[in-house]
Amino acid sequence: MVLTPQDVSRIAHLARLELRADEQAAMLGQLNGFFRIVEQMSVVDTRGVEPLYTPLSAVHAVALRLRDDAVTEVDQRQRNQASAPAVEDGLFLVPKVIE
Amino acid sequence: MTVSLHEMGVAALGRALAAREVSSVEVTEHLLARIAGEKLGAFLHVAADTARAQAQAIDARRAAGQALGPLAGVPIAHKDIFVTAGMPSTAGSKMLAGYASPFDATVVARLTAAGVVSLGKLNCDEFAMGSANENSAYGPVRNPWDLSRVPGGSSGGSAAAVAARLLPAATGTDTGGSIRQPASFSGITGIKPTYGVCSRYGLVAFASSLDQAGPLARSAEDCALMLSAMSGFDERDSTSAQRPPQDFHAQLLVRRDGASAAKPLAGLRIGVPDEWMSAVTIASEPGAAQTTGTSMDVTMAIAQALKVFGSLGAEVKRVSLPRTELSIPVYYIIAPAEASSNLSRFDGVKFGHRAAEFTDLAEMYKKTRAEGFGAEVKRRIMIGTYVLSHGYYDAYYLQAQKLRRMIADDFQQCFAQCDVIAGPVAPSVAWKLGAQDNDPVAAYLADIFTLPASLAGLPGMSIPAGFGEGAMPVGLQLIGNYFAEGTLLHAAHAFQQATDFHLRAPGVAR
Repeated sequence: MVLTPQDVSRIAHLARLELRADEQAAMLGQLNGFFRIVEQMSVVDTRGVEPLYTPLSAVHAVALRLRDDAVTEVDQRQRNQASAPAVEDGLFLVPKVIE
Repeated sequence: MTVSLHEMGVAALGRALAAREVSSVEVTEHLLARIAGEKLGAFLHVAADTARAQAQAIDARRAAGQALGPLAGVPIAHKDIFVTAGMPSTAGSKMLAGYASPFDATVVARLTAAGVVSLGKLNCDEFAMGSANENSAYGPVRNPWDLSRVPGGSSGGSAAAVAARLLPAATGTDTGGSIRQPASFSGITGIKPTYGVCSRYGLVAFASSLDQAGPLARSAEDCALMLSAMSGFDERDSTSAQRPPQDFHAQLLVRRDGASAAKPLAGLRIGVPDEWMSAVTIASEPGAAQTTGTSMDVTMAIAQALKVFGSLGAEVKRVSLPRTELSIPVYYIIAPAEASSNLSRFDGVKFGHRAAEFTDLAEMYKKTRAEGFGAEVKRRIMIGTYVLSHGYYDAYYLQAQKLRRMIADDFQQCFAQCDVIAGPVAPSVAWKLGAQDNDPVAAYLADIFTLPASLAGLPGMSIPAGFGEGAMPVGLQLIGNYFAEGTLLHAAHAFQQATDFHLRAPGVAR
């Protein structure tokens, strides 16, 4: 499998990354170099093998732990918004989305 | 006092502080003066004033006769991947320049509660992605043993600072080797516990099914003291292991059945994977084979260290981890996939960098992320986005997760025959700065021996085991079964009682 420049553009769009032309070209070569070492994965027969999504489930059943649906945080909107790029009246500002 | 304060480790400092031979303020001032002159690039932020205040408060509590733990008054610093309420938290990225976290990571809060003095934040690869600390947006870190070489990564600032005797210990994180490999390259001791032992709450997320926190220090004993304070169940981490608090220091000191003073490791079975002590060929398509063999200097240092373990009573035997080389593509599919998802939160809206100029929301996202992320982070986001995209998920991500289980099962077969697995941490000693600038895949291949335990979620550590090419340190990796941190620390401690590699310091540390 070899990625094309069009593939790189499509992936960059999905990832919401603007890449300069020189970055695109470098990325294409590097991704293709990487996927060459990935090819060895495809020759292993994994039929019947359960995927291991979280490591401890290799040795015992792991149940997803849920907390009580209760408020545990105090209101600290100002601190939470202290590092926001743009806020007004306690709201996050973004460019106009709906005309 | 005959030993300089900066030469004292965590345990020694804790004892001296408890005996009031020295005050926390004295130790803190001594280390702050050393840090002010450091030329390694290890620190991203020095919190001199708050450190002094913490030290004074601990000294006052001790003077008032309060019972304090073994870490009380001991200065440390945190890898800048842990968020901290009183100090900047950058994750080594321009994206988080100036970010002020409203809370402390659980690991940070627990160490603060144990009475440590926080001297600041330590440099690391951007979002912990790297093996050389050359991917930090704030510049590289230099190896104290040879300033022209890398300290390893991603916890490179932590490793360099501890090796240079700027700190007795530091926090780190390990996703694919980021504690063990810099500990090896910098000649110190580091442990990545079992996945779930340390809380991930407040750890800037890279790959959530792999990320683990752990300490870097100068001995197994010091790591045990740090890990005891850092670890434990946290309801704020959905994958935190529900276990009672552990005293790893007591586990390190416990005497084995049948052990004697001369043979403290009698009965311990150490398995050495055949695949780790010889050349491993990465066979891909014809003509594109690349070799990532263990270099001769590393092999010889590891063989010598294994002889020491034999002389301490351990039985050293051969085992097999046949899918070692597959760990590289499996890890570099899974980790970037999780990273691409985790890093989608950096969109220029709620925190972090935002591009100055854009015409609409989509362009704001794209420019913000283009400006905020470095080259390696972008590469991994691209890989992750691709392998999770429609039509490719089964061939890459799902297949990698199946192979991940096969790799974990291989370890369980080994642990039926041995108690601890031992081998190299990395195929070579630390390389020169810039040596891998144009070949990211070559850097991935060098992670071959740390990735398997990461994928399986097993505890692993690196201990200084000798010196190789250029008189650079070589680390021995020890891997245990799930929650066998005590076994690892015990074996490492026995080795360190019989050797002095962990006491050797680079010239710049004097």
